[in-house]
Amino acid sequence: MMAQMLNFEIPQDLARDLKQWRTRIGAVGVIALALTLLGALIGPPGQFFRSYLWSYVLFLGVSLGCLAWLMMQYLTGGAWGVVIRRPAEAAARTLPLLALLFIPIVIGVPTLYSWSHANIVAADPVLQHKSMYLNFPFFLGRAVFYFLGWLFCSWYLNRWSENEDRTASPVAHQKMAALAGPGVLFWGVSVTFMSIDWVMSLEPHWFSTMYGLLFIAGQGLSSMAFLIALLVLLSQYEPMSRILTHRHLHDLGKLLLAAVMVWAYFSFSQFLIIWTGNLPEEIPFYLRRLTGGWWWLALLLVVGHFALPFALLLSRDLKRNFKLISRIAIFILFMRAVDIYWQAAPDTTNGVFAPSWMDLTAFIGIGGIWLAYFLTNLAQRPLMPLHDPHLEEALEHGRE
Amino acid sequence: MTKTDIYGVMAEFDNPTALVNAARAAREKGFRKLDAYTPFPIEELTDALHLHKNKLPLIVLVGGIIGGILGYLLQYYVTVWHFPLNIDGKPLHSWPSYIVITFEMTVLCAGLSAVFGLLALCGLPQPYHPTFNVPRFALASRNRFFLCIEATDPLFDRKHTSEFLETLEPKEVSEVAH
Repeated sequence: MMAQMLNFEIPQDLARDLKQWRTRIGAVGVIALALTLLGALIGPPGQFFRSYLWSYVLFLGVSLGCLAWLMMQYLTGGAWGVVIRRPAEAAARTLPLLALLFIPIVIGVPTLYSWSHANIVAADPVLQHKSMYLNFPFFLGRAVFYFLGWLFCSWYLNRWSENEDRTASPVAHQKMAALAGPGVLFWGVSVTFMSIDWVMSLEPHWFSTMYGLLFIAGQGLSSMAFLIALLVLLSQYEPMSRILTHRHLHDLGKLLLAAVMVWAYFSFSQFLIIWTGNLPEEIPFYLRRLTGGWWWLALLLVVGHFALPFALLLSRDLKRNFKLISRIAIFILFMRAVDIYWQAAPDTTNGVFAPSWMDLTAFIGIGGIWLAYFLTNLAQRPLMPLHDPHLEEALEHGRE
Repeated sequence: MTKTDIYGVMAEFDNPTALVNAARAAREKGFRKLDAYTPFPIEELTDALHLHKNKLPLIVLVGGIIGGILGYLLQYYVTVWHFPLNIDGKPLHSWPSYIVITFEMTVLCAGLSAVFGLLALCGLPQPYHPTFNVPRFALASRNRFFLCIEATDPLFDRKHTSEFLETLEPKEVSEVAH
């Protein structure tokens, strides 16, 4: 009943504003990335790649997390899934751009990863032992494989979803649900190996079996925070203003809280195991990250990435308050940036705490370009799936 | 016609929507001492009866905090004071290793507070409740939905309240004896 009363097409004022944001954010992104590239020429050697890597991993995480939530909601159902479908699909469609933006990292392999140097490997028995896995051709092959899998999921989910809008056929939904199961599995495995390849192998001697899960939880958290902030922003316009209820936000807020807790659980588990074992091949990871400026970042993570959002998100009223939950979501997104910086940067600078202006410009550059492309994608389709089998139920959710 | 002659009046409905609507209508009319009885949880009813604000979250929070503190102190007492042992060269007061049990004790005590807090706030165990004096009330655990307006409500009036319930199209309205 409600579905017929609402028009899900993007109205003119929102289309105009989306275009304006896209142009502005995109312009800022291009300028920032250009500055970062300039820094590659005149700045300290290697800093470009160091700054680029962590920013890239952060925004890739938002896209992949959205892809994962998209697949997850096909498996679990629920009103929250219907309202995030379109933004999550749009974020999944940014993956081709991210595949393109991966090229600088391929170029940066010799600068970033010590295992890529034959002479270093030759002098190091541990690296020799690992060279079956950690070598450039295999590294590249794996990256191509991850991207093919992600693009496959994203492409089909978007194609079938578009089909569903056009034909109203229930077959599309069944196909998406069928892909979602293996898709989520692939996401979990590929993100685990991705984190090992691109971030953990920055310090090729170190290993932790918890590492992949940390990135899985982190991606789920980044993307949920992003989706909440975006939905609240869109709810200032038709048709979202009439669709989004406090019940939807309450459900998404609970998922956000769960992701905060899972991240904290994994982070502490890894720390506890390594701290207790105190083994020479494991403990340097934390010794490095708990000294100097890194110590303050670690403290910031404990408070800002866990304690504060956890305590606040316990409140039911807060989860139902559009303004407050979106502020917390944006705050969490910044904490995600701090977390990835704290994970990735110490090993690229040999433990020295040396934030560079290029860290900031790379963050704004990749983020700006990514966001602009996301907004372009978002503007292409109606803001709600027109023929989702649970659409009516989702619209009634939390309505008197 | 005194208020205390009976416990209240009760209306029986055969579907949850009618009950939720009736509960809303009764709230709008100004009744506050009312309760609903259903065979399964109905989320809308919580809103209709304004039951969201209660003391249970606070009880659980306090229970959790007490549990956490107890868990931490227990380990501190054992490893630092009662039986100090040098393990792995680490300080006696090695807080990271306390966290897991502190967390578990928090969860345990919060969970127990939730269970017993709920029972206490519901006034359970309660061997006698007047609603059971209505013969058909046994159906509340099968397929019928009941709304009871209690005599302690300031607006309660034996005759008028029954008449009001009749307007909500129930299957039956009955008086609940003490």
